[in-house]
Amino acid sequence: MGNESYEDAIEALKKLLIEKDELKDVAAAKVKKITAELQTASSSDSKSFDPVERIKEGFVTFKKEKYETNPALYGELAKGQSPKYMVFACSDSRVCPSHVLNFHPGDAFVVRNIANMVPPFDKVKYAGVGAAIEYAVLHLKVENIVVIGHSACGGIKGLMSFPLDGNNSTDFIEDWVKICLPAKSKVLAESESSAFEDQCGRCEREAVNVSLANLLTYPFVREGVVKGTLALKGGYYDFVNGAFELWELQFGISPVHSI
Amino acid sequence: MVQELGIGEEFMERNRETDTSYDFLGEMRQRFMRFKRQKYLPEIEKFQALAIAQSPKVMVIGCADSRVCPSYVLGFQPGEAFTIRNVANLVTPVQNGPTETNSALEFAVTTLQVENIIVMGHSNCGGIAALMSHQNHQGQHSSLVERWVMNGKAAKLRTQLASSHLSFDEQCRNCEKESIKDSVMNLISYSWIRDRVKTGEVKIHGCYYNLSDCSLEKWRLSSDKNNNGFHISDREIWS
Repeated sequence: MGNESYEDAIEALKKLLIEKDELKDVAAAKVKKITAELQTASSSDSKSFDPVERIKEGFVTFKKEKYETNPALYGELAKGQSPKYMVFACSDSRVCPSHVLNFHPGDAFVVRNIANMVPPFDKVKYAGVGAAIEYAVLHLKVENIVVIGHSACGGIKGLMSFPLDGNNSTDFIEDWVKICLPAKSKVLAESESSAFEDQCGRCEREAVNVSLANLLTYPFVREGVVKGTLALKGGYYDFVNGAFELWELQFGISPVHSI
Repeated sequence: MVQELGIGEEFMERNRETDTSYDFLGEMRQRFMRFKRQKYLPEIEKFQALAIAQSPKVMVIGCADSRVCPSYVLGFQPGEAFTIRNVANLVTPVQNGPTETNSALEFAVTTLQVENIIVMGHSNCGGIAALMSHQNHQGQHSSLVERWVMNGKAAKLRTQLASSHLSFDEQCRNCEKESIKDSVMNLISYSWIRDRVKTGEVKIHGCYYNLSDCSLEKWRLSSDKNNNGFHISDREIWS
């Protein structure tokens, strides 16, 4: 019973979240205009953009509209944090979980890196990720780890484009994105003849699954999953269509059959 | 849209008693729909344009702490800031080898060509507290957290030398700030950052968010005109 209604719920969710077609037509012409404006804006306005003014304005607004209107919440937060979620999201400027999933201070412990990747457990290499997961699981005792991929991801595009044959053209990027090489192999095996963009779209989702599997290589994650105190979820934010997909890594023990 | 949501609500109600993964689904749906209603749809043209390309002018390195999201505290909107978040907002120097942080730095500086890098630290940082309480420096790091935060050990040593008479909490506040300075200097260890700072193409800023009194201290790293050094300038506190 649990499985069927879960899948139905996902399907219903997908229908609700996918954008209506007519909006796309209306926006198409405006998109071209705005893209052109954005491109000219970034070249001509680079002299007038003052980052200090920008963050001052942002901070003052935050303080006035959020901090000062919620003294109880911020008073508690000053004493400590107890988020229910740990989130892996991409560093991409368009996918901050505070916006997309409306997280407020205290809600989610968030790691952001290129293509929201989780490398396998290693005491030495990429220790920063391990430290974050250990802190979240053992100290903060989060209940869910959510890995969220997204559309038009530059890191995944890099993974799909770089030959990754050892002759690196970058100092660190290729070494990082090859964490999700299994996702690239799977996508190429399953859809060799598809357009590059479609392959990237598939890889963006498969890479989330590789990261979820890598999470299980951390002993404290495995323990939490087995005990039922920790759940692992995958997500995908499609900002081209204004949609969000969610799934989970299921782990369980089937009923015992006497044979 | 309202009608669809209405049908959805009824459908969801019937299934509410199933497994706990359902509650998660419901909560995420509510969160995403709030974003979609309040931000995405009202500014859909901007989002469609962003879907084609991002060109953020700023990169932020912040802490993973749930209370200090740089977008939330500094007010960055979608498209404005390429963001790295790790434990204790640490940037390690190039000679320490690959980390998740320096691959993102390389992408932001060489591909996206951001013009500003901000390292944002904060008060009450669990990572810095772990660094300050960690006793054994000799190598037997028992946890991944200790191993990682030991990247800040220079800041810890300076803090202890200067303020061992202060309470543990006050020392942590000092170490949080010293660590931001080290992370900023470690940015310069990357040649593709150092070169761009010298030409003025990239500006580096440090900032410290105190979440007890909601104040922000910020400063800029400027290069010395006469030699190869750098100095701190334009320090301000907003509260």
